[in-house]
Amino acid sequence: MSDAARGGRRGGPPVIEPGHTYASVTDKISSIVLTRRTPLFWVLGFFVSFLLTMGLLVAVSYLLAKGLGIWGINQPVEWAFDIINFVWWIGIGHAGTLISAILLLLRQEWRTSINRFAEAMTLFAVACAGLFPLLHLGRPWLAYWLLPYPNTMALWPQWRSPLVWDVFAVSTYATVSFLFWFVGMIPDLATLRDRARRKGFQIFYGMLAMGWRGSALHWHRYEMAYLLLAGLATPLVISVHTVVSFDFAVGIIPGWHSTIFPPYFVAGAIYAGFAMVLLLSIPLRKVYGLEDFITMRHLQNMAKVMLATGLVVGYGYVIEAFMAWYSANPFEKYMITNRMRGPYAPVYWSLMLCNLAAPQLLWFKRVRSSPPALWVIALIVSIGMWLERFVIIVVSLHRDFLPSSWGIYRPTGWEWTTFVGTIGLFLALMFLFIRFLPMISIFEMRTLVPEAKSLGKEAVPDGSVADEAEPV
Amino acid sequence: MRVEEERGRTWGLLAEFETPDELLHAARHAREEGYRRMDAYTPFPIHGLSDAMGFRPTKLPLLVLAGGLIGCVAALGTMWFSTTIHYPLNVAGKPYASWPAFIPITFELTVLFAALFAVFGMLGMNGLPMPYHPVFNAPRFAFASRDRFFLCIESRDALFDLERTRAFLNRIGGREVVEVEE
Repeated sequence: MSDAARGGRRGGPPVIEPGHTYASVTDKISSIVLTRRTPLFWVLGFFVSFLLTMGLLVAVSYLLAKGLGIWGINQPVEWAFDIINFVWWIGIGHAGTLISAILLLLRQEWRTSINRFAEAMTLFAVACAGLFPLLHLGRPWLAYWLLPYPNTMALWPQWRSPLVWDVFAVSTYATVSFLFWFVGMIPDLATLRDRARRKGFQIFYGMLAMGWRGSALHWHRYEMAYLLLAGLATPLVISVHTVVSFDFAVGIIPGWHSTIFPPYFVAGAIYAGFAMVLLLSIPLRKVYGLEDFITMRHLQNMAKVMLATGLVVGYGYVIEAFMAWYSANPFEKYMITNRMRGPYAPVYWSLMLCNLAAPQLLWFKRVRSSPPALWVIALIVSIGMWLERFVIIVVSLHRDFLPSSWGIYRPTGWEWTTFVGTIGLFLALMFLFIRFLPMISIFEMRTLVPEAKSLGKEAVPDGSVADEAEPV
Repeated sequence: MRVEEERGRTWGLLAEFETPDELLHAARHAREEGYRRMDAYTPFPIHGLSDAMGFRPTKLPLLVLAGGLIGCVAALGTMWFSTTIHYPLNVAGKPYASWPAFIPITFELTVLFAALFAVFGMLGMNGLPMPYHPVFNAPRFAFASRDRFFLCIESRDALFDLERTRAFLNRIGGREVVEVEE
């Protein structure tokens, strides 16, 4: 039951510091929302990210007024920042689902204190991701044409197109992520409802909790529903980035048309996502004093996942280069030469530095045990993953088969404003989330405290539970 | 207003326990004693409590399976109908019903419907959202979402008798037994 919770057994730090009880866990997490003073960090952080969000609004309004001409895209690079950022954001979201669903099925108890805000991160990242293809449509107000609905134009989506698959994959992913996040939060919302002292908060959390009362019969169905959702979200998360990679792999452009794309993209998504979870959780645990819930154990485990997926991504880079040579296809060969020596060569080499070289530091335990070092590596990896999408998309498109149609792409200020604006939107939503909703799953943390570990000792008399019951 | 009118009618007896083990123990005893209309209230799911309370396995998985099948059939059906009957379009001689290309959307909608059925099925079977429930009238019930464990024997149980059930709950370790008004 509690291999991970006992922690110390294999020499690593525990997943929850000793000394906590059901009540202390409840009070500590709910106090962040209900009673503690809002820290200056929150006020400043929210202010800055809100300003950036306003920048996004300006950029989007101007885009709607003027059209796509305000961006640097043109023949032959018709896809650039919009799709780079789409893939980047949606990849970041994947770690949230991985932590909440896959690690739940694998019974990794250390997921418990990071799953809630990782799921929130997923939701907000998918929201940012969804903006880009919509804006890239040119006429976003006609986006509903992508959905099958009865209409007088006899208009149907092109079912054979990966871009239509994307619509279904991303909207399903957004919906299921939201359901998973919200269902996981219902019992905690009930806790906040019961602990809130201010009338407004009581009503707010009361409505969200929907009358949850912790009934055993409800838990009985709730656990089943949660498990089934995890089982459904697991193949879903793999399918989403697979479909995203189909956007490229189904095309014939050299550098895109490759069967390695689905696994390579999924690994890259998890890599970028864990980097983002580290980027967020390291400052959060410091500011809110959550070091006893988000322990070094969590940071180290995330670092290990990042190292492993980073190596898979590195393998992808090597195979791309190898296949370009091994296929003996002149266009493929030129594609890789152009990446390494063409006009965008600095981007390619920075990518290698960020994604391939920097994470090798994670082999060292001293690096994995240092939050500042982890934070810096996570930042480098996040940048690296963005560069990777730039290389795949822009560098492949700008020189394809016919030299007469080659060109150079330069992003305009509006593209940068939109991109930075979505970072602002993401952070603003994150700040609102940590202020008004429980950022750590309270009811799941209760099952990790030592007193919960004695549970069932009496029920199973074969003695095997006795040593499991030892407090950490 | 309704509460005012029906004041005094007993909905059940609520006993408080300090640990999950005490609650498990009590639930088992209550069931052995013959009580059936009862429910426990806990701050987190307790392993073994469903058995102790005598719950049957939930039918939710069947509902989710049905949802998944509906999503699967709806997706394939829509694509097949649109490409072969409603608007057949010959693209480079490819078959109208080119099913391999339909798989991703079919998969996504299967998952979507199954997930929607899982969540709304769970909420529906649990009768949520439920704005009012008598058990919230108990003064210490707010602790059920913090660190206390409750067992409630409801008055509609055939064996329910205010005095005898109260004595029974006290005997099996209930720290504080209160009457819950409807």
